[in-house]
Amino acid sequence: MLSNLPRDISTHGAQIDAVMRLIFWICGAWFVVAEAVLVYLLVRYRRRKGVRAAWLPATDRKTLAWVLVPAVLVLAFDLLIEHASAAAWARTRLNIPAGDVVVRITGRQYFWAYRYAGHDRRLGTADDFDGDTTLRVPRGRIIRFQLEAADVIHALWMPSLRLKLDAIPGRSIPGWFEATREGTYPLVCAELCGAAHGYMRSSLTVMSPEAFDEWSRSRAPRHEDRP
Amino acid sequence: MSHAASVQSERTSTGLPTGRVAIWWFIASEIAIFGGAVACYILLRMRHPEWGAAARHTATSIGAVNTVVLLTSSLFAVLADSAAARGDGRRAGRFLLLTSLGGLAFLAIKAFEYTREIQHGFTPVTSLFWSFYYLMTGLHAAHVLAGMVAMLAVASGARRGQSVHRVEFVAIYWHFVDVVWIFLFPLLYLAS
Amino acid sequence: MSHHAPQGFVRKYIFSTDHKVIAKQYLFTGLAMAAIGGFFAYVIRSQLAWPGHAAVGYGVVSANGYNTLVTMHGTIMVFWVAMPVLLGAFGNFLIPLLIGTDDMAFPRLNLMSFWIFFLSSLVLIGSLFVPGGGSAVGWTVYPPLSAQASYSGGMWGVNLWILAVALEFVSFLMGGINFITTVINRRAPGMTMFRLPLFVWEEIVAAIVFLLSVGPLVAGAVMLLLDRLAGTGFYLPSRGGDPVLFQHLFWFFGHPEVYVLLLPALGILAEVITANSRKALFGYKMIVWATIAAGLLSFVVWAHHQFIAGIDPRLATAFSLTTILISVPFAITIFAFVATLFGGSIRFTTAMLFAIAMIAEFLLGGVTGIINGSAAADIYVHDTYFVVAHFHYALFPVVFLAPFAGLYHWWPKMFGRMLDTRLGIAHWLGTLIFFNMTFLPQFNLGMMGHHRRIADPTAFDFLRPGQHLQVLSTIGAIGMLLAQLPFVVNVVWSLVRGRSAESNPWKATTLEWTVSSPPPAENFAEVPQVHRGPYDYSPPGVGDDYIPQNSAPDGDRPGSAARSDPSDLEPVPAE
Repeated sequence: MLSNLPRDISTHGAQIDAVMRLIFWICGAWFVVAEAVLVYLLVRYRRRKGVRAAWLPATDRKTLAWVLVPAVLVLAFDLLIEHASAAAWARTRLNIPAGDVVVRITGRQYFWAYRYAGHDRRLGTADDFDGDTTLRVPRGRIIRFQLEAADVIHALWMPSLRLKLDAIPGRSIPGWFEATREGTYPLVCAELCGAAHGYMRSSLTVMSPEAFDEWSRSRAPRHEDRP
Repeated sequence: MSHAASVQSERTSTGLPTGRVAIWWFIASEIAIFGGAVACYILLRMRHPEWGAAARHTATSIGAVNTVVLLTSSLFAVLADSAAARGDGRRAGRFLLLTSLGGLAFLAIKAFEYTREIQHGFTPVTSLFWSFYYLMTGLHAAHVLAGMVAMLAVASGARRGQSVHRVEFVAIYWHFVDVVWIFLFPLLYLAS
Repeated sequence: MSHHAPQGFVRKYIFSTDHKVIAKQYLFTGLAMAAIGGFFAYVIRSQLAWPGHAAVGYGVVSANGYNTLVTMHGTIMVFWVAMPVLLGAFGNFLIPLLIGTDDMAFPRLNLMSFWIFFLSSLVLIGSLFVPGGGSAVGWTVYPPLSAQASYSGGMWGVNLWILAVALEFVSFLMGGINFITTVINRRAPGMTMFRLPLFVWEEIVAAIVFLLSVGPLVAGAVMLLLDRLAGTGFYLPSRGGDPVLFQHLFWFFGHPEVYVLLLPALGILAEVITANSRKALFGYKMIVWATIAAGLLSFVVWAHHQFIAGIDPRLATAFSLTTILISVPFAITIFAFVATLFGGSIRFTTAMLFAIAMIAEFLLGGVTGIINGSAAADIYVHDTYFVVAHFHYALFPVVFLAPFAGLYHWWPKMFGRMLDTRLGIAHWLGTLIFFNMTFLPQFNLGMMGHHRRIADPTAFDFLRPGQHLQVLSTIGAIGMLLAQLPFVVNVVWSLVRGRSAESNPWKATTLEWTVSSPPPAENFAEVPQVHRGPYDYSPPGVGDDYIPQNSAPDGDRPGSAARSDPSDLEPVPAE
């Protein structure tokens, strides 16, 4: 299962993958043990002639411990998992760093639109410019985005970045990522948004910082065009 | 061979009348419905301080009158319940009728109030505050109407001495409808 | 209330107030809806494996049609199969029998509950045929997509869907009050709460959870309808509203709802496992307390469905913690069921095979829930096929494997006929093999990043490598559906020519087995007197390896463990 994960190209993805791996191993072990115990008991205590079942309603705490102790162990492992998860969550969603590049990502039926904040890194100013149909970002720089939706709920999903976030109309939700590898990667909508939800596609294009700067310059409004 | 009836409609394992158990669980589910709506309103109200201005346009005096009307009708419900407990179905029926009249008065005043508000331009789509106002008072009014129907049905039986025990259940329901209003009134009319 | 005069066909079979008839009405309606929901699943899988090709028996699936199929499949399975079968059918049939009474506390309310439910099914099916087609906005019906027809394309489809769900809620609210009141007040003399078979506890806690959780969604649904029809803006930002509000209202009910389904399934398992291992339930009281704790906790976990849905990220930690806590009472229950097998004398009846299968499969559903409950990991798996696989591994055992166990166990009691064992084993084997074939590959698809509710995976380059898994999953789904044929044949054959059933073919202890199969209209000729707990199997010493609950108390036998103070028994009235 874990081998199906696409290659991680983000700086925070390794931590999320580590959480998934931890869960997979702990829960996998529990699953195997539980099934083994089940199979063993079914075989060992199948009906045999002349053998009467035991009387074990387990009303005393000592006998109940056979169930309560494993249950407490389940809780202990769960808390261990939660500890790792909380750390990864804080890094990804709670501590949003200031970005080198700021972009507004807007989902609408049925495409994604990207608007960059330009050099001043503030959206809504004169040096903002529109991106094209792919989300272009420079490798190795922190991208800070504001996720919005124009009509219904969409969800920004980039598996290679381990990043998924719902785009809610009426809200502007901050997020961030930093890509470590150049290339083109999937960017899709992961929330049912209407009839053509299944065709709402874009992509993430990670460029070298130089190529990105050149592209930005080509998209930026020229001085003569500004009002 | 026991003659214990196989038809156990009189049986009560706890000693409580079965109808009373049922009506309280019904009220529990209704508390969840109104509780949900009220909780949404309160949370959104905290996020929208400007609703205070909108709330000033609710007719507090009319609301106050309606509060008195509903509380008075509850008094009649209490009297109906006592009469029923004494076995006096005819008296209980009469008091239930009076309670229903109180409900009718409440609805009439509410209709007048809605009309006035709509004429002043405050409709369910004017703003989210007004949407909640009409939603909650409308849901409540629907429950007042349903309560009236139930009371009239029980009253017609009780006056003839039938199913007098049901007077208690319908009275409990009516008190619940009253209590809901006692929450709605300050939330929608007073808090601003 | 006793009907001594002979009843016409209509009063006896159609508008009957007899809980046993009503139970069967719920059962057959639920099974019919399952066939429809299963057919939709087949079409969905056909489209996913061979996108663009006509599904045999349906035709080409359009993009909107796919969304409708997905919406309807989920809606039908949760509200029109799981609820009527687990609560309507098993609850109705068994509760009065298990507590030793002749019917529900309110038989006419029961009748009304079923017919409102039936009406809701007609409204739901009808919604597929209106202009614009059926609802295509997901069973989760999130606004703004669902709040404005212009976004989703359909108008009446969604309106009728909301109406159908509302009617279904009314039906089960009424039913729930009936169940709770009946168990509180109609228990036979000596049937204390801690002598109730676990199945009854599970049904009651489920009914209470449903009763208390559905209210906010009722309010929320009214608000959604007002947005759609009256121009309000509860959920529309353009009119000052908030889409996330609906999500909270939906999941505040939606999460407890899965336990409303799980609890009765566990109840069925308790009865089947104890009878077929000839052993008392391990830690009965512990399980009861765990069930109540789970019921309470179920009200504070809901936002784990919304970790990345725009809620304040700080809430995620709180809901992650509660989600972790709720795994404990269910671990206790499942472990206790497994511990019941220890030292047992296990008979592999078809019912027992299905009960074991339920546990074995549900374990995978349970452990894969952990990754969803971890907010950081959920970033990856949310809205992917990993979640789809997870909830099918949780829900299929609950909605199908446990009820099949229940049907094979109680069919003799319900219909007075035995079911054939070989057909039962074929049904079991086929279902298990093909169920795993269908859903195991979907974990892999989810890990690839495969997002949900898309009609054509091949439209995405990164998903194409998984297409062989799609085909494998679809073959599994077709196999699952075909594997139900032995069950259909078995059922029909049993009703037409099956062997007559004795009153207690499984030699079980609970009260339903003390009367004939099927029971007489009034269930018990005399009010049963209960003297012991529900699971006196293989008590120490010689004699039968089971003692029915209404057997006279025996001072020496530790088997009467749950017998409390004898003064709780009511004196049998003198002749």
